[in-house]
Amino acid sequence: MKKEQLLDLYYQMVLIRRVEERGAELYQAGKIGGFMHLYIGQEAVSTGLIAAREPRDRVITAYRDHGVALNCGISSNEVMAELLGKATGMSKGKGGSMHMADTSKNMWGGHAIVGGHLPVASGLALGDQYAGNDNVTICMFGDGATNIGYFHEALNLAKTWGLRVLWVCENNQYGMGTAVERASAVTEIRQKAEGYGMKNGQADGMDVMKVYEAAKDAIEYVRKEGQPYLLEVDTYRFRGHSMGDPERYRKAEEVKQWQENDPIGIFNKYLLDKKAATRKQLDEIEARVEEEVAKAVEFAEASPEPTMEDLFKDIYADN
Amino acid sequence: MAKITMREAISQALMEEMDRDPAVFILGEEVGVWGGTYAVTKGFYDKYGAARVKDTPIAENAIIGAAIGAAMVGQRPIAELMTINFAFSAMDYIVNQAAKLRYMFGGQFTLPMVIRAVGGGGRQLGATHSQTPDAIFAHFPGLKVVSPGTPEDAKGLLKSAIRSNDPILFIEHATMYQVRGEVPEGEYTIPIGKSKVQRPGKDLTIVTYCKGLELSMKAADELAKEDIEAEIVDLRTLRPLDMEPVLESFKKTNRAIVVEEGWKSYGVGSEVVSRIYEEAFDYVDAPIIRVAQKEVPLPYNRTLEQAALPQVPDIVAAAKEVVK
Ligand SMILES: Cc1ncc(C[n+]2csc(CCOP(=O)(O)OP(=O)(O)O)c2C)c(N)n1
Ligand SMILES: [Mg+2]
Repeated sequence: MKKEQLLDLYYQMVLIRRVEERGAELYQAGKIGGFMHLYIGQEAVSTGLIAAREPRDRVITAYRDHGVALNCGISSNEVMAELLGKATGMSKGKGGSMHMADTSKNMWGGHAIVGGHLPVASGLALGDQYAGNDNVTICMFGDGATNIGYFHEALNLAKTWGLRVLWVCENNQYGMGTAVERASAVTEIRQKAEGYGMKNGQADGMDVMKVYEAAKDAIEYVRKEGQPYLLEVDTYRFRGHSMGDPERYRKAEEVKQWQENDPIGIFNKYLLDKKAATRKQLDEIEARVEEEVAKAVEFAEASPEPTMEDLFKDIYADN
Repeated sequence: MAKITMREAISQALMEEMDRDPAVFILGEEVGVWGGTYAVTKGFYDKYGAARVKDTPIAENAIIGAAIGAAMVGQRPIAELMTINFAFSAMDYIVNQAAKLRYMFGGQFTLPMVIRAVGGGGRQLGATHSQTPDAIFAHFPGLKVVSPGTPEDAKGLLKSAIRSNDPILFIEHATMYQVRGEVPEGEYTIPIGKSKVQRPGKDLTIVTYCKGLELSMKAADELAKEDIEAEIVDLRTLRPLDMEPVLESFKKTNRAIVVEEGWKSYGVGSEVVSRIYEEAFDYVDAPIIRVAQKEVPLPYNRTLEQAALPQVPDIVAAAKEVVK
């Protein structure tokens, strides 16, 4: 990977972190409502993954979607505006934290029903297959989502019909407060692909380069072979499941241990060790992000609310 | 009488019934270690253990399906759906199995089970997580649907539901867990399928339930300031629907509005209004008005969401319209 690209990945990861830290503050201040699920700790996953796609490849994910949105190229202004429920958000303030999409960036949404978007991902790939192109659909979901029927129906369909889907399970060890082994018959999620005769692999989700390499290979396989692939990525969310999680289900030491493996810290060290960046360059990126996020908050706060007319818009495409 | 919250009332009902009958157990997402996403089963896991407070995978079909099977062989499962919106992920089990198995097999199966589910909007959770789809479930013969509006009713009705031998969907409201109310000391139950006058009045009848009751009580206070005395009939159970108190009230007031949080079209109000027209047409002095949610999926934006939900001023305005 070129130096510029590496620095861009670093910028994206820091951007996600800062946008969410500011988001958490705005939530505490009552400016953001509803459910908000932070991606902090998991930034390397979507950053590495989406860096490996071509722009024509589609991305679809669950409600933990701020990072994915930013990686897909949705601006921090729009992300912040959507969090604040403003008309300038990509979903016009109607979707909020869990529902960020921009079809022009091939980001097909964060989806709030666990596992619900998996059959839809098969459908995106079906549409592409039907059109005769070899676009790949990247579908991200949690470990918890692999226990619901949707997952199994979607994987079976994808393999049976030869749909180009890269299934990416972000195994962050918990679905809400339920540890993987308390909910799943197999704890190594990738094994679930075996039952469908689907090729599968695993990657360290705290290391953006490892995610990138694994995703690159997997996407190539999916595109060339016209077959789905399941990639399990091991990661950890540093914050609660959503805002206001009492976190009774895990020990502080466990969280601390994972935090020592901060994906931004790991990548920072990698860049310096490889001499891909100087400390000054990385500091500059961090300063640039601070400024960008401050501006995004300003933009969002100054943006208009959707109007009463908007309430009744977009219920149907035809009137 | 003790004054407790809706959350405490539901929690007490569950605990009392678990203490009373070892066949009663709970299964659902985050009911155990977490203590329930709305903290209703807080402390249950420590008290009753993992065998009676079962954390499930995220698998709504499996949750309801397993409850059905366990009920068929004599246990009394209480299946918790984290929110009623996820009932759509278990619709086949609720509609094609729970509501039909007994009838279809000539009464051989008995399904003593409760599905607890919390619904309702107003918390900026977006379109898929804010629904009040109660009417849909009340459509199916074979299923009973209960949705209380006070702590006293919640406790008494839930205890009856757990003791009942039929599948019952028990719907709570996400914004009402902190609502406080008087609850009788000691053991009591409230029969399923009985509506109740929650506030007497002579000028018009407000028919409502659950969140609508909270709003209607406030509206009635407003109306009283203008010398309009609203009588509030709380349905409490949507199926079987007890129209007696509604008709009795209507025959006295001759005017009515129906208040519900769900969408107006094909809603609870549609059913109640038709029944009034069918059974008390001669008593109608003014067209009956339905106050309900605007016909849009609920948006995240707070102002828009509040505008789409029925509010106290909407009820006051409708009441004034029918007494005009
Ligand atoms: C069908 C359905 N059931 C339950 C929920 C409530 N819920 C939201 S997120 C979640 C946990 C999901 O865990 P996982 O898939 O591991 O994703 P993570 O939050 O860890 O990213 C649950 C139970 C839901 N949104 N949809
Ligand atoms: Mg998880």
